[in-house]
Amino acid sequence: MSNVPNELKYSKSHEWIKQNNDHELVIGITDHAQTLLGDLVYVELPEVGQTVEQGDESGVVESVKAASDVYSPVSGEIIAVNEELEQQPELVNSDPFGKGWLFKIKPNNLDELTTLLTAQDYQAHIE
Amino acid sequence: MLIFNESSPKRHAKSQIPATLPEVTGIPQNLRRQTAPRLPEVSELQAVRHFTRLSQLNFSIDTQFYPLGSCTMKYNPRGVHALASLENFLQHHPLTPDEHSQGFLQCLYELQEILKAVTGMQGISLAPMAGAQGEFAGVAMIRAYHQARGDHERDEILVPDAAHGTNPASAVMCGYKVHEIKTGKDGDVDIDALKQALGPKTAGIMLTNPSTLGVFERRILEIADLVHKAGGLLYYDGANLNAILGKVRPGDMGFDVMHMNLHKTFATPHGGGGPGAGPVATNERLLPYLPVPIVGKNKDGYYWQGNVDCPQTIGRLSAFMGNAGILLRAHLYARMLGRKGLPRVSCYATLNANYLLARLQEVGYTAAFPKRRASHEFILTLKQEAQDYGITANDVAKRLLDFGIHAPTMYFPLLVPECLLIEPTETESKQQLDAFIDAMQAIRHEMQTNPDQLRTAPHTLPVTRLDDVKAARELDVIYNFAD
Amino acid sequence: MPFIPHTDADVKTMLDAIGVNKIADLFDEIPPELFIDELTSVPSGLNEMELTQLIRKRAKHNKIPTCFIGAGAYEHHIPAAVWQTASRGEFMTAYTPYQAEASQGSLQLIYEFQTMMAELTGMDVANASLYDGATALAEAVLMAVRCNRKSKSKKILMPLSVHPHYRHATHNIVHTQGIELIEVPFDQTQGIINLDALTQYANDDITALVIAQPNFFGNLEHVDELTQWAHEHNILVVSVVNPTSLGLLKPPGLWGKSGADIVCGEGQPLGIPLACGGPYFGFMSCQQQYIRQMPGRIVGRTHDANGKEGFTLTLQAREQHIRRGKAKSNICTNQGLLVTAATIYLSLMGPQGLERVAAHAHANLQQLIAKVTALPDVEILFKAANFHEAVLRFKHPVKDIIKQLGKAGILAGYPLTEYYPELGECLLVCTTETKTDADLEHYVSALAQCLQKHNVNNATECVRSD
Repeated sequence: MSNVPNELKYSKSHEWIKQNNDHELVIGITDHAQTLLGDLVYVELPEVGQTVEQGDESGVVESVKAASDVYSPVSGEIIAVNEELEQQPELVNSDPFGKGWLFKIKPNNLDELTTLLTAQDYQAHIE
Repeated sequence: MLIFNESSPKRHAKSQIPATLPEVTGIPQNLRRQTAPRLPEVSELQAVRHFTRLSQLNFSIDTQFYPLGSCTMKYNPRGVHALASLENFLQHHPLTPDEHSQGFLQCLYELQEILKAVTGMQGISLAPMAGAQGEFAGVAMIRAYHQARGDHERDEILVPDAAHGTNPASAVMCGYKVHEIKTGKDGDVDIDALKQALGPKTAGIMLTNPSTLGVFERRILEIADLVHKAGGLLYYDGANLNAILGKVRPGDMGFDVMHMNLHKTFATPHGGGGPGAGPVATNERLLPYLPVPIVGKNKDGYYWQGNVDCPQTIGRLSAFMGNAGILLRAHLYARMLGRKGLPRVSCYATLNANYLLARLQEVGYTAAFPKRRASHEFILTLKQEAQDYGITANDVAKRLLDFGIHAPTMYFPLLVPECLLIEPTETESKQQLDAFIDAMQAIRHEMQTNPDQLRTAPHTLPVTRLDDVKAARELDVIYNFAD
Repeated sequence: MPFIPHTDADVKTMLDAIGVNKIADLFDEIPPELFIDELTSVPSGLNEMELTQLIRKRAKHNKIPTCFIGAGAYEHHIPAAVWQTASRGEFMTAYTPYQAEASQGSLQLIYEFQTMMAELTGMDVANASLYDGATALAEAVLMAVRCNRKSKSKKILMPLSVHPHYRHATHNIVHTQGIELIEVPFDQTQGIINLDALTQYANDDITALVIAQPNFFGNLEHVDELTQWAHEHNILVVSVVNPTSLGLLKPPGLWGKSGADIVCGEGQPLGIPLACGGPYFGFMSCQQQYIRQMPGRIVGRTHDANGKEGFTLTLQAREQHIRRGKAKSNICTNQGLLVTAATIYLSLMGPQGLERVAAHAHANLQQLIAKVTALPDVEILFKAANFHEAVLRFKHPVKDIIKQLGKAGILAGYPLTEYYPELGECLLVCTTETKTDADLEHYVSALAQCLQKHNVNNATECVRSD
C-alpha cells in the first residue's frame, strides 16, 4: 500500500499538489508513482520564470528502465525548483512528499484546484 | 584491466607506424595540437592479446544460442563474409567512377531485384543504414507523397501499442504526431480503436506483421482497406520478415512502403550492435520519393542514380552508399539460398518456434496467446510465476545465461506482463532447441526448490548483476587518467 | 537446404509435438489468398564453391586504381591485427550488449573507445557511435537545437565549405522538424569561412554554427576566431573533424576560449576499409553538461553485486526502446563492429603513430602540390593551409583528365563540377601516408602527359578551324 496523505490534492497522472497559500503551490510525484518507476537516476525540472498551462509537460523523472513526464496540474508561473534533486534524485524515492518535491507554481487560477482529485479519489484511482 | 593501464610511455607497435615523423611545414602553429592525445602505448602483441581476451567475455552466435525475440539471431555464413572481404571490394573507393565499379554495382542491382521479388514491391532503395533509418525514410516518403498532393492536414501516424520503440521515434523525427492504437485480447489490432482513430489527420499507419506479439495480423486486408479509404498509407516494419519470407509478401497485403532489416532476415552479422542495413521498398505510389543513391542499369552497364535521375527523391541519407558491405553480404546470402532456399527460411523458423512453444507449455510455462499459432516467435508470460514464487522474467533470463544460452527478449512488448519473447530462427537444430527446453525445465524446478539461485543469477559469467543505478547516478563513461 | 540443419526425422518429431501434419499447417492463420507461388525471378541457389567462382570473377570488374580521391573516405594502412581480431566470431556475431553480464567484452571495448574519442577531440564524453559522418552531423544539429536553450529559432549556420553530401543528408534528416540550415559562403581566395560573412547574423537568433576542420576542400578554418565569435553571440559550435587530422591539429575542445560544444565526424580513417562506401561509423563527443542530450548508446563503468568492476549501457532512458516518441533519436542499431576495429587501430597506432600518419599524409600533399603546380595550366585554387587534400584548377575539362588518368590506373581526384560549378574545372585531390614517391611521380607524369595531349589536340583543332 502506498502512502496517500489526506491533506494533499492529486492528479490522475500521479502528481501531488500542496497549497502553501494562494500564491504558492508545491508539486511533486506520489509515492505510488515513485514505486512504479523504481530508483530514480535523474530529474529534469522546468526553468524558473517559465509559464505553464494545466496539463503541460513540465519535467521528466527517469529511472534506469523508464522515464515519465511530469505534467503541471495547474496553470501558472514556475517560481522555484528543487535544485537538490540534481545531485540527489533519490530524494524522490525516499521522501516523495517532503524533500523530494519538484517545483513550485504561482497559480493563475485557483479554481483549477477543484478539477484535481482528493486523497480518497486518488486512492481509488490507483487501486 | 583497461588498455590504458597496459600502456608505457613511448612504446608503440613499430611495424605498424611510419618510421619517421616528417617536418610539418604547411600548418600554422595556432592550428596545431600542443599535447599528444593519451591513446594507448602498447605493443602489437599486447593489443592483440587485450582485445582477444575481451572478445572471450562475450556471448555470440558463433558460441551460443540466442532465442532473442524480434532480433533474428541466425547463423552468419562465413563464406559470405570471406567473399565480401575480397580485395577488390574492400579497397574500392566509393567515389570511383561507375565504369570501374561494375562488379559491386551488379551485386547491388541483383539484390534490389531479389528484394523486389520477396516483398512484392516495385522499387527499392538500399541506402538506409539500419532499420530505424529505413523507418525514417519510409515515413519521410509518406510525408513527401501527401505534400506533393497538397494534402497538408495529415499530421498523425498511427502506431500499435505493441510496436518497437523506433516506430514512434521515427515518426516524430519526420515531424509527425503519434497516435497509439490498442491491441485486442487475441493479439490482433483492435479494429474498432483503429476505425475511431482514422480520419482526415491520418498520414499513415506503421505495422509489423506478424506483429511483435508473435502472431499474424489476420485482418490485415481489412485494415489496409480501412486505412486507404481514410486517405492514409501503410508502412510495413520488416523486423519480422523472417516469418513470411518467400511465402507471403507485404506488397500483396496492401502495404505501400516498408523497410527490411538485412542484419536479421539476410543473415549479416550483428557485430555487437551493428552495422545493419535497412533498405526501403515501395509500391508504384511512392516510387518517385525513394532515397538516393539507387543502382540503375542501361546499355553501358550499371550506374548510380542520384537527384538528377530521381528529382522527387527524399534525398540522400548518408555520405555515400549506406552500409555497402552489408548490402553485399545480404546479396551473397540471397544468392546462396536462391529461389527455393528463401521460402524454407520462414518454414523452418516457424517450425522451430511452434515446436518450442508446444514443448515449453508442456513443461509448465504459459503462452501469452495460447489460442494462436506462433509465427517465427512467441511470447511466454511469467505473471503466474511472479505471483507464486516471486520470480521475474528477468530472473529467468539471467539464469539462462548460466546454461550457456543468451537471454530471450524481456519486457517487450510492454503490454504483456513479465514476458519473454522467444525467437529460435531456422538455423538452430532440434538438439539445440531440446537443450533450451531442458534448461527452461531445470529453471522451473529451481523456482520451487531454490529461488535465490535465480534471483542472484548469473553465477558463472565474468560479472554478476551490475548496479545500473550507480552507473546512471555516478556517471563514469570515460577513463579518468588521474586515477 | 543451406544453413537449415533439420533431418526428416527431426521434422516429423517436431510436427508431432506441435500436433500438425505438415509445416504448411503452421501458416493456417494467414489469409490463403496471400500465398505466392515460387519466386521465379530469383536465381537458383548456389553452394559456396559455385558462389565463390562467380563472385571472384565479378570482383575483377571492380577495379582498384591508385587512389587520389578522398572527399570523405580515406585510404590508410590497416594493420592486419585490426580485422583479424575484430572479425573474431565473439565480436562479429555478438548481439547489442543489452545483457551486460554476457557482453563485458564489447562493453569494455566501447568504454575504451569513448575514452579514446574524448581524448582525440578534447571533449568530456563520447558515445558508442552513429551510422556515419553525414548522419552524425545531422544528429549533432538536432542535439544542438535541444542543447541551446537560449535560442528559439532552430536556425543553423551551415558553411558551404562543409562536405556537400553531409549538408544534403543533414537537411534531409532535420528539415521535417522545422530546422533551417542557412548557407554561409566561403572566401573565394582562401577557401575557408570569412568571419565577415558571419557578422550579418550577429543580431539574429542563431542556434548553432557548423565548422568543418579540415573543411571539404581540405583547407584549415580559423577555428579559434570562429568559435569565439559564435560563443560571444550565444551560438553553439558543432564541429566536424577528420580523426586522423587530430594527430596534428588542435582538438575542438581547445578551440577558442571554451572549446566546441559538440564534435562529430566520420570514423572511417581509423582502420576501416574503403569498401565501396561502407559500413563506416560516425562518432560524437560533447561537453559533460550536454551528455543527456546526446543520441546513441553510451557505456558506463559500475560494480556488480559482489563489488567487482564491470560495464553496462547507461542513460538508456534517452533512447527509443524506453522513451519511444520522445527519444533523443530513433537510432537503435549502430556501427558496433566498426568501433571495435577503430579501437584496435587506435591502440596499435598510439599517439606517435597517429601523428606520423597525419604528418606523412600532409607532407605527401605538399610534395604533390609542388610538383603539379609546376606543370603549365595547373593551379592550386585556394590559399589557406591544407591538411591532406587540396583543390586543383585546370584549364582543361576535368572529365577528360579523370578519364585519361583512369586509363593509367589512377583515380585523379573528385571533380567539383557538380556541386561547385562556379569554381570552374576543379579536382579535389588527396594523399595519405600510403602514397609513395613513385605514386606521386606517376600521378604527375600521367597528368603532364594528359595535359600535353590535350594541348596538342586543342592546337590541332585551332589549326583546322583556321
